[in-house]
Amino acid sequence: MEFVAISLLNGVSYGLLLFMLSSGLTLIFSMMGVLNFAHAAFYMVGAYVAYSLGLKIGFFPALFLAPLVVGALGALVERYGLRTVHRWGHVAELLFTFGLAYIVEELVKVIWGLTAVPFKVPEVLDGPLFILYSTDFPKLRGFMMLVALLMLVAVYLLLKRTRIGLVIQAALTHPQAAEALGHNVPRVFMLVFGGGTALAGLAGVIGGVAFVTEPSMAASLGPIVFVVAVVGGMGSLVGAFLASLLIGILQTFAIALNWSLGGMLGFVGIAVDAQTPLYSLWQLQVSQVAPVLPYLLLVLMLIFRPKGLLGTRAD
Amino acid sequence: MAGTPGRLRYRPLDLARWFIWGSTALAMAVLPLLFTQGFAVTLMSQMGVMIIFALSYNMLLGQGGMLSFGHAVYFGLGAFVAVHVLNLSSKGQIWMPVSLLPLVGGLAGAFFGILFGYVTTKRAGTTFAMITLGIGELVYSCSLIFTEFFGGEGGVTTNRVFGEPFLGITFGPAIQVYYLIALWCLVSMALMYAWSHTPLGRMANAVRDNPERAEFVGYDTQRVRWFTLIISAFFAGIAGALGVINFEIVTAVDNVGGARSGGVLFAAFIGGVGYFFGPIIGACVFVFFVVALSGYTNAWLLYLGLFFMLMVMYAPGGIASLVMIQVQLIARKRFGRIAPQYLGAAGSACLLLAALILTVEMTYKISVDSAEGTGMSLFGVGFDAGTRLPWAVAIGLWIVGGLLFNIARKRVARVWDEIQAEFLQERA
Repeated sequence: MEFVAISLLNGVSYGLLLFMLSSGLTLIFSMMGVLNFAHAAFYMVGAYVAYSLGLKIGFFPALFLAPLVVGALGALVERYGLRTVHRWGHVAELLFTFGLAYIVEELVKVIWGLTAVPFKVPEVLDGPLFILYSTDFPKLRGFMMLVALLMLVAVYLLLKRTRIGLVIQAALTHPQAAEALGHNVPRVFMLVFGGGTALAGLAGVIGGVAFVTEPSMAASLGPIVFVVAVVGGMGSLVGAFLASLLIGILQTFAIALNWSLGGMLGFVGIAVDAQTPLYSLWQLQVSQVAPVLPYLLLVLMLIFRPKGLLGTRAD
Repeated sequence: MAGTPGRLRYRPLDLARWFIWGSTALAMAVLPLLFTQGFAVTLMSQMGVMIIFALSYNMLLGQGGMLSFGHAVYFGLGAFVAVHVLNLSSKGQIWMPVSLLPLVGGLAGAFFGILFGYVTTKRAGTTFAMITLGIGELVYSCSLIFTEFFGGEGGVTTNRVFGEPFLGITFGPAIQVYYLIALWCLVSMALMYAWSHTPLGRMANAVRDNPERAEFVGYDTQRVRWFTLIISAFFAGIAGALGVINFEIVTAVDNVGGARSGGVLFAAFIGGVGYFFGPIIGACVFVFFVVALSGYTNAWLLYLGLFFMLMVMYAPGGIASLVMIQVQLIARKRFGRIAPQYLGAAGSACLLLAALILTVEMTYKISVDSAEGTGMSLFGVGFDAGTRLPWAVAIGLWIVGGLLFNIARKRVARVWDEIQAEFLQERA
């Protein structure tokens, strides 16, 4: 019970972090049809910028400023990079963001060094929030959930309750009509791209203190975010939310379980020992297989339900 | 109908084709005699492997219109199967000469192509790209689990020298390995070129350009993509096995990881996916970046990435298309007019390049490498990155180079437009 409760909490908080990333990715994709390979790179930039700013102005101001910086960078990338490439088609846009991910990682190495930087949790957020049975639940995890939920509400209100949200939604489904009505659709694209990358930057600030701020943090999280976006259904925010939680919980539970096929067979009375064929396969524990699970889910999803959980388009 | 008896067919000997293939073969045979240093031979061996791999990749991207982010799967799994077969063979448990090992790798690649390709080729476009990324990550994360097959972090090592020498060939010296790679490279190149002229190769082009119409004509687009991928995976596996013979070690990170998949995409795209010979150029440039440049600077991947981005933004046809444009200008006797403009652009671009290198290397020195002070040297000039002067030089180079390049760029564009207008007039 204790294990289930604490794993569930950890899973949900990790899932919410994933959602901060995948929401931006989903927004950008549904709007521009661009799969932003560099999304996790903006997440990393968020962490590093917040680290550098935090040294001068403290953690909480940096928490607000870093996403803005990242968002501005994202808008610049859209304006002077993606828009140039747009005329060559979608493949070129994909390649552009793919190359960008490499460049950002290398630039981070050049500027901040090859090893991890000491991006520390501020004292206010250090320590346990509450004790569940006998396990501490850290304040930082709680803060992570809080920020993600606030962000979720803010994005929802922005999209559904404001004028600019209305324009964004219009440009999303009917770009030509919105343009004909006098809205600057390319600028809306730039805003959405900047906004989406700012969300990634915000996730980066939180993820940077919660995990490790190092040059490989983008490459390790990037593919997972893609899995979330595809499993949830390309372009569906609600789908991305569900998929984020699903994968967050799946991974948290999986790395804590030491079940194996051999053990299960032992449970029903079939002994598996070193003489059994494929012994090492039978002895694999769920925790060892954990890194594979999201990709397995992705491949299965694309085979059986290519449009994802709540997606509307299959291609 | 070709081959219908009794019909006269006039088919002149294609001299240009024989000349190009002949000189390629000659170059491959003669180059190691000119550059005899060990370094040059290793470099050329790696280029040979990369040429096969990049061409196999271009079967997907260039000819089939499939953007894959996981092509290293077939290269890497081919390499792993090959290394295990080689180890069994050197223990005498099975018979498999080193020179035929690439065939094993190729068959292994094709096998996994049949398996994974069935899933990935169900869709085209962006979804195909995503599934290949997923499969790539799947296989890579499996490599951390199945340590017996993938050898864990240390990888699997082997020894290519065993058994009795055949005609004095032991594959001990690097030069013998080079000639083995060169031979396989030439055969693979010819086969892949021939493939692009088969009905399947033509259908792959059709499915790339207009899948809907291809279906109406009666072709199953998924099957065309699948068969293309299997053949492409076969050649990727050949490249993987040649890599095994060359390095005598296979690690999961280097062979099935995302860096390898990204690398082959870089190589093929930089070379140019629109022409058959594009990836060959790209592979040579790529290996040069990886092997030669990484010896001089730690930021080589940054330069490669920037080069790739420039190509994506301004020359999506790659080096091959740039070359072909010049060939056209030369053929129509206009190259002499635009050449001075090119020289100006190249000169100012060199200034910008110098500014970039100076900035990157100085930043690198200060942030990463400053344990023993900030003194450094570039192009034989020694200076201290901690002082103001080199930074002032860098800024100056950026400004002057930027201004000059802007002028030169406009001049090239003007002359270019003039020439295009003349071409239009000639046609009218």
